[in-house]
Amino acid sequence: MNSKEIFETIKSDCKSLITEAFMGIDIPTFVVEPDSLLEFMKYIKKMPQLSFDLIADITAVDYPNRAKRFELVYHIFSIKNAVRIRVKTKVEDGGSVESVTSIWRGAEWLEREVFDMFGVTFKNHPDLRRILMNEDYKYHPLKKEFPLQGYEES
Amino acid sequence: MAEEKKYMTLSMGPQHPATHGVLRVILELDGEVVHKAIPVIGHLHRGVEKLGEARTYLQNIVFSDRLDYTSAMNNNLAYCLTVEKLCGVEVPDRAKVIRVIMAELSRIAAHLIWLATHALDIGAMTLYFYCFREREEILDMFEMTSGQRLTPSYIRIGGLMNDLPEGFLERLKKFVDNFDAHVDEYETLLTKNPIWIARTKGVGYISAEDAINWGITGPVLRGSGVKFDFRKATPYSGYENFEFDIPTGTHGDCYDRYLVRLEELRQSNRILKQAIKMLPSGPVNADVPQLVFPEKEKVLNNIESLIMQFKLASGGFTVPKGEVYASVENAKGEFGYYIVSDGSSNPYRMRIKSSCFINLSALPFIVKGSMVADVVAVIGSIDIVLGEIDR
Repeated sequence: MNSKEIFETIKSDCKSLITEAFMGIDIPTFVVEPDSLLEFMKYIKKMPQLSFDLIADITAVDYPNRAKRFELVYHIFSIKNAVRIRVKTKVEDGGSVESVTSIWRGAEWLEREVFDMFGVTFKNHPDLRRILMNEDYKYHPLKKEFPLQGYEES
Repeated sequence: MAEEKKYMTLSMGPQHPATHGVLRVILELDGEVVHKAIPVIGHLHRGVEKLGEARTYLQNIVFSDRLDYTSAMNNNLAYCLTVEKLCGVEVPDRAKVIRVIMAELSRIAAHLIWLATHALDIGAMTLYFYCFREREEILDMFEMTSGQRLTPSYIRIGGLMNDLPEGFLERLKKFVDNFDAHVDEYETLLTKNPIWIARTKGVGYISAEDAINWGITGPVLRGSGVKFDFRKATPYSGYENFEFDIPTGTHGDCYDRYLVRLEELRQSNRILKQAIKMLPSGPVNADVPQLVFPEKEKVLNNIESLIMQFKLASGGFTVPKGEVYASVENAKGEFGYYIVSDGSSNPYRMRIKSSCFINLSALPFIVKGSMVADVVAVIGSIDIVLGEIDR
């Protein structure tokens, strides 16, 4: 299937889970509620025609003015179809979402990095610790209010 | 009465020659068998993603060099492809082919440094000098194009820094003609060497299903028998016009990953041969004055070009609102950028997807139950660069 067909398939199959779906500049993009994230991810991994088996990236984008300020962004690749999709979900400051490590083990370090940099926690993560910063570090550096020079480093 | 088992803790690194940079691995040992391995990373964390938000799109090119510093051109390419996709810019054909040449030279250089250090870790020192001889030649060629050896920033948004200098193609031809024989030479030292086989065969096994589940890409994935390469799956920069094979292993151990990378050296050379033949003439930069620096000749003789150069260098250019993810197959796997633009001249968010980061995350899984000496072989065969992992 090409990305257009995949977009249509997911859109019609998961109507109840998706809040928004659009073709981005590059790849199909889906927005889901945090509560239905795990169900949606299981579907795209398990459905044989789609088989999104390779987790490429998990990250977040910070929009401080929004009520739910963090947009978690998942990039997932299907080796079979050679198609990549983007899945987004929105969480508030200090919020929590279900971990996807039960679906892709490779998500472990990626989720740890999101926690380290943004302070978003993941439920049922096997080992949620800081990864790039020191373990006793107090801040989450990729939040927009964190100054470029740091608070204590300068 | 069963006593609780006690493990010995051994801290390997961060200053250890076999961890390829500042990687620390805490090993819990049961005798000589690894019970648990905990990688500790972040020693080289420079906050490139945060810095990127405070720099213009043009300034961010130089950061890409400093991530995986063994194959900088591939990183330049990934970054430029992402920004070009956001801006909707198409680069000329000549630039595309030169980009492929640079990406493949970079891949060869990165694989050579991998082969040299991996063999050195295991105790085969001679190979080191052979590999660095050829790598030196590649770095000299990079120096011809951009004046830099490790951090060229030669690939720019909209095209290239400048056209190939005089004498470059002749030098490249000479290199390409000799390189296959050099790879054979490396093979005579290792492929049938009983010590090498004893240290790598059956060591560091990972199955294809596990490799995919861990999100592993690049030669490690191919070593486990998955025929997958982003240059074929989602071609970029004209890779669809080149003929090359994807080598795969069958056993998913260190030895197979070694064979895969050696064959990739030959395939990269094959691509280079085709690229030299098909290199078209024409401009190397897209005709988009708002993104591309004017030629130096024009800057010196023409006031408009001078103003344009000043404007670009000081304020950069604005990029339309949107978000794009683009990736390349670099020497280690999928290396990508995810950029969110808010319409200004700086990225709102610049995310770097590092292949080494994910590949290394599977290290505890791979080394569990193996001997402590094999950890060195496994780290070498995963081929990590801490500059890219820590960002």
